Amino acid sequence: MFTQILFYGYAAILLISAILVVSARNTIHSALFLVLAFFTCAVIWILLRAEFLAIVLVLVYVGAVMVLFLFVVMMLNVNLEPLREGFVRNLPVGILVALIVAAEMFLVLSTKGFKLAEQSELALVDATGYSNTKAIGAVLYTDYLYAFEIAAVVLVLAMVTAIVLTMKKSVNTKRQNPGHQVRVKRKDRIRLIKMDSEPVNRKTGDTKSDDAEKGDVK
Amino acid sequence: MQNTLITLSLIIPLAPLAGALLAGLFGKTIRRSGAHWVTIIGVAVSFICSVLVFKYVIIDDFNGGKFTYVVYQWLQSDNFDFHIGFLIDGLTAVMLLVVTFVSLMVHIYTIGYMKDDPGYQRFFSYIALFTFSMLMLVMADNFLQLFFGWEAVGLVSYLLIGFWYKKETAIFANLKAFLVNRVGDFGFLLGIAGVLYFADSLNYAEVFAHAEKTKFSGQVIQIIPGVDWSAITVICILLFIGAMGKSAQVPLHVWLPDSMEGPTPISALIHAATMVTAGIFMVSRMSPLFVLSETAMTMVLLVGAITALFMGLLGLVQNDIKRVVAYSTLSQLGYMTVALGTGAFAAGMFHLMTHAFFKALLFLGAGSVIIAMHHQQDMRKMGNLKKYLPITYWTALIGSLALIGFPGFSGFYSKDIIIEATRALAGHSQSGIAQFAYFSVLAGVLITALYTFRMFFMVFHGKERMDDHTKSHLKEPGWVVTGPLIFLAIPSLLIGLVTIAPMLFGGYFSNSIQTPEYNVLGEIEKHMDGGFGVGAFTLHGLLQPPFILALTGIALAWFFTLKRPDYAESLKKGLKPLYLILVNHYFFDRVYQAVFAGGARKVGNILWNVGDRKIIDGLVINGSARTIGLFSRVFRKLQTGYLFHYAMVMVLGLLGMLTWLVWPVVKGVFNGV
Amino acid sequence: MTGIGLQECLFLAALLFCISIAGIFINRKNLIVLLMCIELMLLAINLNFIAFSYFSATISGQIFVFFILTVAAAEAAIGLAILVTLYRNRQTINVADLDEMKG
Repeated sequence: MFTQILFYGYAAILLISAILVVSARNTIHSALFLVLAFFTCAVIWILLRAEFLAIVLVLVYVGAVMVLFLFVVMMLNVNLEPLREGFVRNLPVGILVALIVAAEMFLVLSTKGFKLAEQSELALVDATGYSNTKAIGAVLYTDYLYAFEIAAVVLVLAMVTAIVLTMKKSVNTKRQNPGHQVRVKRKDRIRLIKMDSEPVNRKTGDTKSDDAEKGDVK
Repeated sequence: MQNTLITLSLIIPLAPLAGALLAGLFGKTIRRSGAHWVTIIGVAVSFICSVLVFKYVIIDDFNGGKFTYVVYQWLQSDNFDFHIGFLIDGLTAVMLLVVTFVSLMVHIYTIGYMKDDPGYQRFFSYIALFTFSMLMLVMADNFLQLFFGWEAVGLVSYLLIGFWYKKETAIFANLKAFLVNRVGDFGFLLGIAGVLYFADSLNYAEVFAHAEKTKFSGQVIQIIPGVDWSAITVICILLFIGAMGKSAQVPLHVWLPDSMEGPTPISALIHAATMVTAGIFMVSRMSPLFVLSETAMTMVLLVGAITALFMGLLGLVQNDIKRVVAYSTLSQLGYMTVALGTGAFAAGMFHLMTHAFFKALLFLGAGSVIIAMHHQQDMRKMGNLKKYLPITYWTALIGSLALIGFPGFSGFYSKDIIIEATRALAGHSQSGIAQFAYFSVLAGVLITALYTFRMFFMVFHGKERMDDHTKSHLKEPGWVVTGPLIFLAIPSLLIGLVTIAPMLFGGYFSNSIQTPEYNVLGEIEKHMDGGFGVGAFTLHGLLQPPFILALTGIALAWFFTLKRPDYAESLKKGLKPLYLILVNHYFFDRVYQAVFAGGARKVGNILWNVGDRKIIDGLVINGSARTIGLFSRVFRKLQTGYLFHYAMVMVLGLLGMLTWLVWPVVKGVFNGV
Repeated sequence: MTGIGLQECLFLAALLFCISIAGIFINRKNLIVLLMCIELMLLAINLNFIAFSYFSATISGQIFVFFILTVAAAEAAIGLAILVTLYRNRQTINVADLDEMKG
């Protein structure tokens, strides 16, 4: 009974905060409500005995991703008014589509197939010394090892990509381009020019032009 | 012996082909002299091999005078077997000798005639290639190879007639020759198809065996639905249409006079001695089929008779020396066809052979005159060339006498036997067509003599009508020109005398040509006391109407060209309508030009305007482009380029798919479950 | 967890998902909120996974969530990085101004 109250309470908070995420006037508010949604969702996950993932959700999403969102929102300093254009106009369509999807999903979920699992809760849960983290780890490092490795690569890739995309090349910084240095050819550096020799001045035997001579005289 | 023959029969066509390829592809490298040497050696080798083959197969009587050999099997489909093979029997052997000999003479002659032409190597390549094609045609042992040779000959003749491809008239002439030949070839191809359909084979041996066994009796074909036509008649007529195209019979003769636009050596080679004889050869080869169809034979006779008479008449009004010879060729081809039509295939072949020699001689003689006259071909500008060109004069005299059938000359034997055959048939069958044929060949003798000697007198006798500049350069061309003339004059004089008895009455063609039920040659032999004798036949000829007619012709020619040329002029004026008809070649060209060429152009124009421009360009191409443009104008509206539109469409798609997925459940709900 | 069944959890997740769909429709100009809506969607999915994992007594569902979280974090990081670069170049994050794709 107590868990039921908890579940429904947090579910209500989750849905309300989700509605506020999509309808908040200010993007920062949206982000904050999203944080709230994540929190409540984590609580529900704990109710469903997925403690490890609930903590991960809070740490990764609330701690990292949402902070990133907030940073971006504040850093960009966007004029938010035009972004809300058409909010009211699109509202009926959005709600209609959402309702249709919801109706269809409910239709499916109301069928018998989804009712029978009620009594079969996670069997291991009540065993003494059960640890959700341990259980996940035991599977993750054995059966899903390769997938786990790939996930690591994906994360590294995401990090590198994010850095590369956002790094600003400063004009003042001097850099070397080793590839360019290696590829350089002689003709890029030295230019040999062929030119006629200067005409010789008969009188003086000097190669200087007349103008220069006059200049000398002056 | 078998192996020797295989080697020889392979060398015969391949030697000229090798020469042609060398001269054609490496003409620049081997230069002019190289080009004529390789081709002449190729044809000479071919000639020597032909002589050897003749000796081995005919004289030594190898395998009963018949040698067959399959070189290469091309493909086999069901029961049909397509291969390249050689059949050498009496008929092929004589063709081989004639083709290679005349071709060799023409090759040598060409050195002199084409001396200054820039396309020297090309020309040698073509004529060697032509020789190859003709040899493939005559050596074929099946219809397919025959057709290959047939088409190759047509193609090379196209190339040769248009050899001077910068000359407008030459291009016109070669196109005309090609198109007219196509008409014939179409019939020929249909005929071959008919043979394949009814006899289930394309090999001579099997087809003839089938013909022998079944006589095609009861086999009918319905071209017009509901009307049964005898298959063999249809096949023979179609094959003969092919022969009409190649051998220039009325009404497919129009290409031959025009083809005189080509250089003279090819006129001698193609339009006198070899190519045009392909049709005659083919009909003789198909004699086992033709003898089965009375109707087809009658048609052959009629066409031949018309050609022999009316084409000869045209020769009377020509002023171009080559055209006179060309019309005489047409007329003589008519004689051959008449011989075929009477069933005397052997006589047709015999005339083909003698004609090949003397007609080549006449053409080369005309060419010699043309060289001397600096490519002037108009006889009205010649005269008294006897003084300047003695060798040409005498050889041309021999050729002319042979052509008109003067007793003792080769043409006499071959032509008289045809006249005798026609008379025998006319006496036997009483049909109007046979009577007409007899009249035609008789009248033809007079006309032939008249125009031949008109030409002869105008060129070699009488007043010197050429200009002074030409006159000062008049001299006999070199040995390369006169040599072939002399070499051709010898057979023109003697070949008939020597070969008539064995060829026509000695059973030479007994294993290659089938004689019809009423064997005219046999009848002639029967009429002679104690069998056929050359001497008796010659003496007999002196008393016959043909000889008298020929003499009359010569006398008339002499009278109108030398004695009183003004009479000819007044005659021309007096018979103006007739003259106009003759000058315009019975309006054949005009009608063809207007009806077929003009009609084809009109049809083409219509197809171009409606079919091509409106339907294909307008509807299919531009139409599809326009349709796509129309659609894209609509769809472009969907592609706004705004990110959120795409996102929305994605969501809507998701919605749609979800709906599709849950549709059974939704239905269940509405059905009250 | 007595008293609460699988269905309740799934209904909750479905509602969350629908709210984020509606969010995508109504906040279509604001790129940041769009990203947030996507995060919410992912959260709904994750909730489903965890519910299934709990009620079917298998740990695999939680492994799924683990990887989804990983990828979603990476996605958020890169998405925001792109956003920053975009803003630096165009001085706007209004989706309506991003009409490069318009022909």
